[in-house]
Amino acid sequence: MQGLCYVRRERLPHLWCAGCGHGIVLGAVIRAMDRIGLDQDRAVAVSGIGCSSRAVGYLDMDALHTTHGRALAFATGIKLARPDLTVIVLAGDGDLAAIGGNHLIHAARRNIGITCVCFNNGIYGMTSGQYSPLTPTGARASTAPYGHLEREFDLCRVVQAAGASYVARSTTYHIHQTIEYVARALRHHGFAFVEVLSQCPTYFGRGNRMGDPVKMLQWYRERAVTLAQAQRMDPEELRGRVVIGEFHRDEGVPEYTRSYLDLVARLAAGGESR
Amino acid sequence: MPEPRLMQGNEACVQGALQAGLRFFAGYPITPSTEIAEMLAERLPRVGGRFIQMEDEIASMAAVVGASLAGMRAMTATSGPGFSLKQENLGYAAVTETPCVVVNVQRVGPSTGMPTSPAQGDVMQARWGTHGDHPVVVFCPCSVLETYTLTVRAFAVADELRVPVVLLSDEVVGHMRERVVLPDPGILDPGQQPCGGEVPPLVRFGEGRRVMVTGLYHDDAGFWTENPEVADKFIRRLCAKVEKRRRELTLVERWYLEDADVVLVAYGSVARSALRAVRMAREMGKRAGLLRLATLWPFPREEVESVAAGASVMIVPEMNLGQLVGEVERAAGGRCRVVGYSRVDSQLIRPDELLDVLEGV
Ligand SMILES: Cc1ncc(C[n+]2csc(CCOP(=O)(O)OP(=O)(O)O)c2C)c(N)n1
Ligand code: SF4
Repeated sequence: MQGLCYVRRERLPHLWCAGCGHGIVLGAVIRAMDRIGLDQDRAVAVSGIGCSSRAVGYLDMDALHTTHGRALAFATGIKLARPDLTVIVLAGDGDLAAIGGNHLIHAARRNIGITCVCFNNGIYGMTSGQYSPLTPTGARASTAPYGHLEREFDLCRVVQAAGASYVARSTTYHIHQTIEYVARALRHHGFAFVEVLSQCPTYFGRGNRMGDPVKMLQWYRERAVTLAQAQRMDPEELRGRVVIGEFHRDEGVPEYTRSYLDLVARLAAGGESR
Repeated sequence: MPEPRLMQGNEACVQGALQAGLRFFAGYPITPSTEIAEMLAERLPRVGGRFIQMEDEIASMAAVVGASLAGMRAMTATSGPGFSLKQENLGYAAVTETPCVVVNVQRVGPSTGMPTSPAQGDVMQARWGTHGDHPVVVFCPCSVLETYTLTVRAFAVADELRVPVVLLSDEVVGHMRERVVLPDPGILDPGQQPCGGEVPPLVRFGEGRRVMVTGLYHDDAGFWTENPEVADKFIRRLCAKVEKRRRELTLVERWYLEDADVVLVAYGSVARSALRAVRMAREMGKRAGLLRLATLWPFPREEVESVAAGASVMIVPEMNLGQLVGEVERAAGGRCRVVGYSRVDSQLIRPDELLDVLEGV
């Protein structure tokens, strides 16, 4: 496999369930690192709490496994202190969208140069299957035994509206796109967000009678439509589908730590009084 | 010779922090701490440091830990409700042994209370606010000058012991203006002994050492563990590294204690009224004294114990319903009577009322 240098092989086997998508997402992140030739001695991987958040422990680089929902806030401190480091956040959908929702929109708004990969399994895995803000309406969860009544977040639209300058979505089935999107995100200068649908056969799959992990991957294949396809479809056809693709990319938005360092430089040059 | 200056408590905190090499501040505005953020917003970028106003106090504490691990001396400042929000990540700093300073300029609580009047209601929150057993160091200034010196010391201790250090100020101390002559920073050097094996050296991000940092109980390599033996050793070492240094961490002031029969034990702004009351009592021929605590945690057990041995009664005046008095009683261990005196109506305890209390016991 490419990118083995990024893996802490001594930490394997990993703790995810058999058939869990999180390993596939991590594999894609590793291949993306390899694709861009990331210097692992100048990179920090940050996560919150959840099954997905254990991913940082398998990466052979500086790693910070923080508190539930707060990965982006910790990462903001790191990036602002050391703008020269590549900071990558790996976190679950519950972690990023529920408890950490505020940090997510504000990291996007600042357009701080962090790459954020959302492992979206549509459920809380680590706490055994409660619903998340990304659980599809109608799906079952241990706290939605009659089917989820709430509407799900479209997290890509949320972060794009909040100001993220790179936004993409893929799935564990569409692995080549996933690798490419993460690679582009890592090369991007502002806040880059990649959502990856990742199957949780143990809780989402079982609770919704979806069959084995392979069936879940097939479900992703059937449910996903590309951006181009989606543009030709009417809302009725799009119901229950998930749109994948690169939604937004803008290198022109000022990146926060650069703006801050510019201010430091201006002040050092004596150019500014209050 | 440094010039005397008229300075506010919160400004003294900023001066102390910059003196100690502060380079990163993340915060969220809350009175009566906000001046600290405002001054640092102006000054940090001028010294190549960073200031950021985060979306809330939780995020601020998180950013401070991140920045500290990335190599910058870091601090946040807040008041009661914000301090409550920081607690989870304060525990995270303790478990990951991340040096940082948290300033809490106390105000009336619980909840929004009576904004933004003085109180001392966060004494136990500072000790036990986060969940689980964890080390804490809490300093409590009673003057503008001491806000400066204790801030400098807070950073030294944070670095040395790799702990979050809390500077527990209050509204009166934070907003009061006094004439101060800032001491030569050399004099402030706490000159602590290295902690030996108790505190492993901190490896920062970006040094190429590929460190793992986690809030889970972890082994020496930094990786999570579920081994009960490793877990037990880990948490005991964490708490012991501070407990073992209690002597050096303990800062108290002794006033008229040689022959004192009635002793006030006070901290923060109330200690100023206490000293005045003791002086008035002395003028009246009463054998009164004051033990002023500048370190609240680890609790100065021995100091209280020795004063208790010579006194007949100790009075603990507090702007809360009695948070530290229990600790004083515990340390006194029955050697003398211990009584509390409380005020929770948002008013500072005055010297004359303490004089009445001194005369009443
Ligand atoms: C403050 C706090 N609240 C709740 C929890 C419990 N908790 C741990 S992980 C988790 C949800 C994880 O779900 P998600 O982020 O979707 O990740 P997954 O496990 O599905 O990969 C929760 C609620 C916690 N650790 N901390
Ligand atoms: S519970 Fe779900 S998300 Fe967690 S490891 Fe198992 S399959 Fe993966």
